[in-house]
Amino acid sequence: MSSSASTSPRGRLKIIMGYAAGVGKTYKMLEEAQMLKADAVDVVVGYFEPHARKDTIAKTEGLEIVPRRKIEYRGTVFEEMDTDAILARHPQVCAVDEFPHTNVPGSDRAKRWEDVLVLLDAGIHVLTTMNIQHLESLNDQVWHITGIRVRETIPDWVVQRADEIVMTDLTPQALINRLERGVVYAREKAEQARKNFFREQILVALRELALRQAAHEVEQRLDNGHVVSVEDPDRQPETHHKILILVTADPETAMLIRRAKRMGDFLDAECFAVAVQPTGDLSTLQQTDREAVERHLNFARNLHIETRILEGEHAADALVEFARRNQVTQIFLARSRERLQWRPFAKSIVQRIVSLAKDMQVVIVSNPE
Amino acid sequence: MPAEIRRRTPEELLREVQAEEAAAKSGQLKIFLGYASGVGKSFRMLDEARRRKVRGEDVVVGAIQPQVPRDAEVLLQKLEVIPLMTIGSGTAMDVESVIRRHPVVCIIDGLAYDNPPGSRNPTRWRDVQDLLDAGINVIGSVNVQYIAEMQEQVAAITGKHAGTSVPVAFVKSAYEIEIVDTPPEAPIERSPAQQADADRRAQQLSRLRELALVLAANVVDHQLVEYMRRHGLEQRYGTQERILVCITPRANIHEMMETALRIADRFHGELIVAYVDQPNLSQEDRIGLEERLTIARGAGAHIKILEGDDPARAILDFAKTRGVTQLFVGHSQRSGLKTRIWGSPTDKLIQSSRGMDVRVFPQ
Repeated sequence: MSSSASTSPRGRLKIIMGYAAGVGKTYKMLEEAQMLKADAVDVVVGYFEPHARKDTIAKTEGLEIVPRRKIEYRGTVFEEMDTDAILARHPQVCAVDEFPHTNVPGSDRAKRWEDVLVLLDAGIHVLTTMNIQHLESLNDQVWHITGIRVRETIPDWVVQRADEIVMTDLTPQALINRLERGVVYAREKAEQARKNFFREQILVALRELALRQAAHEVEQRLDNGHVVSVEDPDRQPETHHKILILVTADPETAMLIRRAKRMGDFLDAECFAVAVQPTGDLSTLQQTDREAVERHLNFARNLHIETRILEGEHAADALVEFARRNQVTQIFLARSRERLQWRPFAKSIVQRIVSLAKDMQVVIVSNPE
Repeated sequence: MPAEIRRRTPEELLREVQAEEAAAKSGQLKIFLGYASGVGKSFRMLDEARRRKVRGEDVVVGAIQPQVPRDAEVLLQKLEVIPLMTIGSGTAMDVESVIRRHPVVCIIDGLAYDNPPGSRNPTRWRDVQDLLDAGINVIGSVNVQYIAEMQEQVAAITGKHAGTSVPVAFVKSAYEIEIVDTPPEAPIERSPAQQADADRRAQQLSRLRELALVLAANVVDHQLVEYMRRHGLEQRYGTQERILVCITPRANIHEMMETALRIADRFHGELIVAYVDQPNLSQEDRIGLEERLTIARGAGAHIKILEGDDPARAILDFAKTRGVTQLFVGHSQRSGLKTRIWGSPTDKLIQSSRGMDVRVFPQ
């Protein structure tokens, strides 16, 4: 992270969390901005998405809005948040809608959350909004629930940086009513949405995920001492866990990394991700496999997981030996989607690791069919 | 992919019809759940009343706390209020008048309120039950401190026991629940002593907030299960972590339970311990099994005894119906020829499980 603004203390980050479009995140963000303004706080709107909702637009009245930056890409003009202009204006608080947004190519940074980190580094407090389905570690669960693979995700460590997370709650029935009254989307899009994403059981399930995540975020902040904690004399010292993740070219690896990292975050365990190759690098792999392994290692690093390529003729042996040397307590593996052929005496790598690592926990992760 | 349509049994259909008939006659309950006074429950409730009235619904206020914040007072003035009755030295909601007036929706603050002696019901939530039975929809509010089953946890946080309470089953019976989530405010400038006090209070509020969020999530999970059941859908969502610890007479129960309890605690998940009943256990194994079950019970786990000739199949079938997300098993100890060719039960579980983690423990 840039240290150019080391003189000013970091800004505070507050996330308004929802579980679907239309639950009132943007409205709540603007309402807070209005309250801050009434308290004579210097607040600006860095970006907001009107979605053609009258109530929301009305809430911006009287607030200073920093004009967006125009960026041309392939002949079309796109508008993005103008981070430089906000930095120059340097308000106390900046409201930034849609935290997970991906900027158009040609922007200074790929993601809006990266822009927000720049604002925070400059000592500007940020108020932002997001839906639960954009949290990286829930990507697979959200896919199982909705059948949709969300591409715009935010790594959990970014959300963990927030000083405060508030849940905007609205019951799914009320949300569906709003949708049907045309409050959320225009008529045509609303009907489409009702058939896909806005089905009751999907909304109920997403809402549950959001509530649980919010509870976890509260707990996490208590444990991390964001709030002064009182020593609990009854509390047992806990075993310190270390998680090791086996990275391969298998497409299930991304899911494995997400799941292991989520477990690590909840258990306060460190995570390592390793690939094993006879040469200690990826040079002997075929191009497609090499690219896949590189992509997976890169993905792990983006989630703040330390990665390494181990040298070893047999992946299972090298992995387990590394685990023992580094006091790993849990090994995470993906159960490959390919059906194993019935071969007497021949063991899959999963079986080999399970039988070698009899002194630690081995977790085999799989997608539903 | 996420859910399968499944044919319902006649018993299930009958149960559904009965449930739907009962539901059609009685009113629906909506609860605003808070975790401290001043988080804005009254305002949210009255604001909803206002919106419903604007949309043409017949709304009345059945009970409201004597002093509401000013913004809520403004809303209250625009609504029809049925006054509380004076009974002895106290007051209670006038249930009979509300039933006679028979609005579509009745607003009732403070569900945990105790009625004075001589009232129709000892508690306000029972009054609410009467209104629901009479076919009146109710919008009510309660703080997590007042849920009967959560009093121990709340007392551990605040050091105080609430005098009155509402059973959690009543909260779970709500058709809708909405959490009023306003985090504790950041403390302003204070003296060190005041600061320490404010920090302690902020921490208490955060813990209560966590309790309220988990309770709301559990109620929502209950709704999800009900919804799936009503529509004959098989639940496989994994919105809540559910851990199934499979024990055998020689399982490393201490490590398994330690990990399971920690994960269940951190994820606010459910913990189930199961074993597959085997008829020909040796005396030693029977004692071993008993010891392990005692430990599991002592840890507060829900115990399930499964039956079936094929242990792996029995475990997986149960796991699937219960929406288990994490399966805990021990390493197999047998290493005979049969195991080497056909694989151990653990291998089989790994091979056949889908959509759940299989965690293999050292023995």
